[in-house]
Amino acid sequence: MISLAKCIRENKWPTIITLLTILLEAIIETRIPTITADLVNKVKSIELTGTAQAGGMKEVLIAGLTLFVMAAISLACGGVAGYTSARAAAGFAKNVRHDIYYKIQDFSFSNIDKFSVSSLVTRLTTDITNVQMTYMMLIRMAIRAPLMIVFSAVMAHRMGGRLAASFLIIIPVLGCGLIVIGIFALPAFRRVFKKYDRLNQSVEENVRAMRVVKSFAREDYEKKKFGAASEDIRKDFTFAERVVALNMPIMQLCVNFNLVFILYVGSKIIISNRGATIDVGQLSAMMTYGFQILMSLMMLSIVFVFFTISIESAKRINEVLKEKPNLTNPENPVYEVADGSIDFEDAVFKYSDKAQRNALEKTNLHIPSGATVGVIGGTGVGKSTFVQLIPRLYDVTEGCVKVGGRNVKEYDLVTLRDSVAMVLQKNVIFSGSIRENLRWGDPNASDEETENACRAAQAHDFIMSFLDGYDTHIEQGGTNVSGGQKQRLCIARALLKKPKVLIFDDSTSAVDTRTDALIRKELKEYMPQTTKIIIAQRIASVQDADMILVMDDGRIEAAGTHDQLLESCSIYREVYEQQSKGGEQDE
Amino acid sequence: MSKKMPEGARKIDFAMLGRILRTLKGYYPRLLPLTAFCICFSAIAAALPAVFVQRVTAIIEERFMTGDWAGARPVIITNLAILVGMYVLSLTSSALYGQLMAFMTQGFLKKLRVEMFEKMQNLPVSYFDRNKHGDVMSYYTNDIDTIRMLVSQAIPTTLQAGVIVISVTCIMLYYSIWLMLVIMAGVLIMLMVSGTIGGGSSKYFIRQQKAVAETEGFAQEMMNGQRVIKVFNHERVAEQEFDRVNNRLFNDSFKAHAYANLLGPIIMNIGNLLYVVVATVGGVLLITGVKNFSLSGMAFGISVLIPFLNMTKQFTGNVNQVSQQLNSVVMGIAGAKRIFELIDAEPEADDGYVTLVNAEIDGSGNITESERRTGKWAWRHPHHDGTVTYTELKGDVRLTDVDFSYVEGKQVLYDVSVFAEPGQKVAFVGATGAGKTTITNLINRFYDIEDGKIRYDGININKIKKSDLRRSLGLVLQETNLFTGTVMENIRYGRLEASDEECVEAAKLAGAHDFITRLPKGYETELSNNGSNLSQGQRQLLAIARAAVADPPVMILDEATSSIDTRTEAIVQAGMDKLMENRTVFVIAHRLSTVRNSDVIMVLDHGRIIERGDHKKLIEEKGTYYKLYTGAFELE
Repeated sequence: MISLAKCIRENKWPTIITLLTILLEAIIETRIPTITADLVNKVKSIELTGTAQAGGMKEVLIAGLTLFVMAAISLACGGVAGYTSARAAAGFAKNVRHDIYYKIQDFSFSNIDKFSVSSLVTRLTTDITNVQMTYMMLIRMAIRAPLMIVFSAVMAHRMGGRLAASFLIIIPVLGCGLIVIGIFALPAFRRVFKKYDRLNQSVEENVRAMRVVKSFAREDYEKKKFGAASEDIRKDFTFAERVVALNMPIMQLCVNFNLVFILYVGSKIIISNRGATIDVGQLSAMMTYGFQILMSLMMLSIVFVFFTISIESAKRINEVLKEKPNLTNPENPVYEVADGSIDFEDAVFKYSDKAQRNALEKTNLHIPSGATVGVIGGTGVGKSTFVQLIPRLYDVTEGCVKVGGRNVKEYDLVTLRDSVAMVLQKNVIFSGSIRENLRWGDPNASDEETENACRAAQAHDFIMSFLDGYDTHIEQGGTNVSGGQKQRLCIARALLKKPKVLIFDDSTSAVDTRTDALIRKELKEYMPQTTKIIIAQRIASVQDADMILVMDDGRIEAAGTHDQLLESCSIYREVYEQQSKGGEQDE
Repeated sequence: MSKKMPEGARKIDFAMLGRILRTLKGYYPRLLPLTAFCICFSAIAAALPAVFVQRVTAIIEERFMTGDWAGARPVIITNLAILVGMYVLSLTSSALYGQLMAFMTQGFLKKLRVEMFEKMQNLPVSYFDRNKHGDVMSYYTNDIDTIRMLVSQAIPTTLQAGVIVISVTCIMLYYSIWLMLVIMAGVLIMLMVSGTIGGGSSKYFIRQQKAVAETEGFAQEMMNGQRVIKVFNHERVAEQEFDRVNNRLFNDSFKAHAYANLLGPIIMNIGNLLYVVVATVGGVLLITGVKNFSLSGMAFGISVLIPFLNMTKQFTGNVNQVSQQLNSVVMGIAGAKRIFELIDAEPEADDGYVTLVNAEIDGSGNITESERRTGKWAWRHPHHDGTVTYTELKGDVRLTDVDFSYVEGKQVLYDVSVFAEPGQKVAFVGATGAGKTTITNLINRFYDIEDGKIRYDGININKIKKSDLRRSLGLVLQETNLFTGTVMENIRYGRLEASDEECVEAAKLAGAHDFITRLPKGYETELSNNGSNLSQGQRQLLAIARAAVADPPVMILDEATSSIDTRTEAIVQAGMDKLMENRTVFVIAHRLSTVRNSDVIMVLDHGRIIERGDHKKLIEEKGTYYKLYTGAFELE
């Protein structure tokens, strides 16, 4: 909760103003019935005397004016509190969103792995909305309600004496009632929300898999599944709501009891004492106080429910805020990468402490600056893991990785990642123009530089074939370009960084062999000094590399040139034969 | 009452509100009127205490001078006893209505949800092409929630408040018309204020909804690309952009709540002022002794004024409650509109009457229908004259001169003819958008052709019941979709009555058995999030196993092995070959190695078949296929 409280910041003042105005409002509002009682008594005395005494009327008007002024102040307070509380809560929510989003920007890959995107998005939206509502309720009602209860009770006691005894009975009764309801309803609500989440998840799954559902003609099966899940929720939800619905009759019972009690005892006192201690005005005021206390209790119960619901949300938000980015800049970072040489020294990596197997077994390797290295291997043997250690997307578990002769942990992260460009396997281009996307590589790139990079990536021609050329708008998820085009745009984007090390993680899988070859040829000319690491499925993509690494089961099984490997490595030979039989290899 | 509400209220779509109520009535024809009755009854009972307060006060007034408690006591007790009796009835009906309402709301929501979902299952695939998944999802989350608020809170509260207001007005008429007019004037002002402010508030609430959606969309896209952001050191730019979106949301949310928060204090304090005005006017009336007009003909006195003061409070409280519900009403109706749009959407038409049945075929080729699974299938074809013929399911699929367009005017397929004989493997090759997947979409009738004919075992596929047609066609897509549940359940999705052994057998065939047994709990491993704990290749293997267990006579493999690396594919290939044995198979593949051994290869270009023949023939032709094969052409 403390990390959440830190997000209040500039909203401290609106919050404090809200609290103060609400305090004032509560004081005034509990004064109003007393003054009204006075007013009523005055009116009554006019009636009793039966004549239009100028003095009596004047007193009535003065009391009326007092009330008018108080209502005006109360309105002003309520208005200000409404405004400042909305501001404080919305501002608080904004800060929480800001903090979470900024926090995520500092996350390392392994931090990101821990949370799924959809769960982060829920935290950023629904959870924060819950917390915002609760914050507003807390500063408006959670303060107001107890104040109202105490003030009303005190005023009632001062005014009504014995009449206030009824409050001593109904407040505990109502309080207990609410608590009992809470005890039964809250766990049910929590259960409901969990089931609700799961139901929505299954709908989402169904929508996404619509073609699968239809092609297996499983509509009825899905309907049955969904019907059962909905029924399950209906049962729990109905139970929870029925329990909560008891709130209303319990409250009415108390209001009614209060009214009858006050009417009976009040009329007895008034008649027996001939209005000496209390009068009809007080009688009416006592009913009002009773009502105010009950409303406040109800409000407390609503706040209570909201609070419990958003505790879960707050917990989930805190999880993100408390997550420590496990990749941080060193204290005296190095801002210069000497060259593109890469060394792995006894490097071992696993994705989490709990992982049973190392994703990368102990590896020793030297790649000279400017070399071209191919990496070959099946799915899940650790190729991506291996290259992700170079720009320090993950930290090695043991040993070290060096770029330009220095441990990657010594570099400033931005410097390191600017020097090591990587075209990821699961690549993404963002909604926006092609040019905007390319400038991710270099925000200051000239049009000429941009075009050159695109030519090298074999993207220039197809970009120009679009109506708007480089200004063509890319849809979210890049749905309006083909897979191969997307890959080439991603390559161009990486080339614009003019890196010292360039890594392709299966980046040309959707590009045809001829273009693939052209890209590799252009790369050699476009950036001869740059160390190039190419992960590929096709032997053709790597066979002219200076060195080819064959990976299997988290380790580098063999390393050498194409010819060497054909001779010495059975896996390599197997893949090669399989592919040349398929006929996809270059001539 | 709502007639008097300007602005915000005008946006209320009463036709839609009527439809919601009619739907509710349709679900609960008896409970709904009963609940409404309970609400009204408890509301009337809630309005009555004013009468008794008046009586008691009148007694006090009467006996006050004498101090005669003993004399007053029995009269007061009688009145209070009647009051208690009223309360008991009121409490009972209010408790009953609370329970009924909870039961009905949740039942209504469940039925609405189920209706939406069942409706959705019957929508054509094109609906999901047109509507974003996120939008469809929000029907089930946001929109249902707004309806819940509308049905469980807004409507009953408004009804109850309305009845109370009417009852109280009647009581006021009974006592004094003058004071009633004063209160009415005050209420009118409240309604105008709440209409104006409430309207502003709903406007910003709707804007807030939009801003939330925008933030969600932005965050979703950026976080999906978070790795790219990191690799390109783009964090700071992403932060700045987020701040912009975030600020917009802050603004709308702030204004929406500020308006909403203002409403309560304003109405309550107008209520306070009204109280003062009523008291003062009452005083003036007492002093000046103006003749009182009322239904009861009662003279004006303090015993009339006090209940009026209480009624002022009651009025204010109720108007306040209704005004607080205004947002719920506006948003609930907007939500209902969207939900009914889904329910009203045109379902997938299915006029098919030819069905798929288990069959036994004797030596001379006679086909008889069978109750149990025989491994043989037949099309059951009823005719107009009442006779029924059976055709053996062989997997002979013929497309003749098929034309098709997804959107009118943008033709995608031209004169496509494909003849696939039982057991043949037909491959489609071509660029993205050439129409490969479209052809398969037409065979399983995700879409209907515009011109031409598709025949399945000689039967026009329009005559075949869609679910039966699709059951006879196995489909493996590039984008694999798995369901939450165990690995075993996911495989069994292909054929629900398959035994564990059959599922394992299918997994072995697909080459998935190996990796499954290495999972922490083997076949009982729980998958979630579309199998996010598996690699893309493993997911594809599971999808293949799922299709294998269904054991359909015709298979469509749409880039089914594209995410499996060539080495694994080689391992899977054996299983795939076995899977394709004795089946008609349509293959769409990026890797030409996958299609090489097909019986027929169709090369598609912009919706036309430009080359057809087997591998050898196409290579000899030295056309497009040859160029693709030698890498001289780009395939996308």
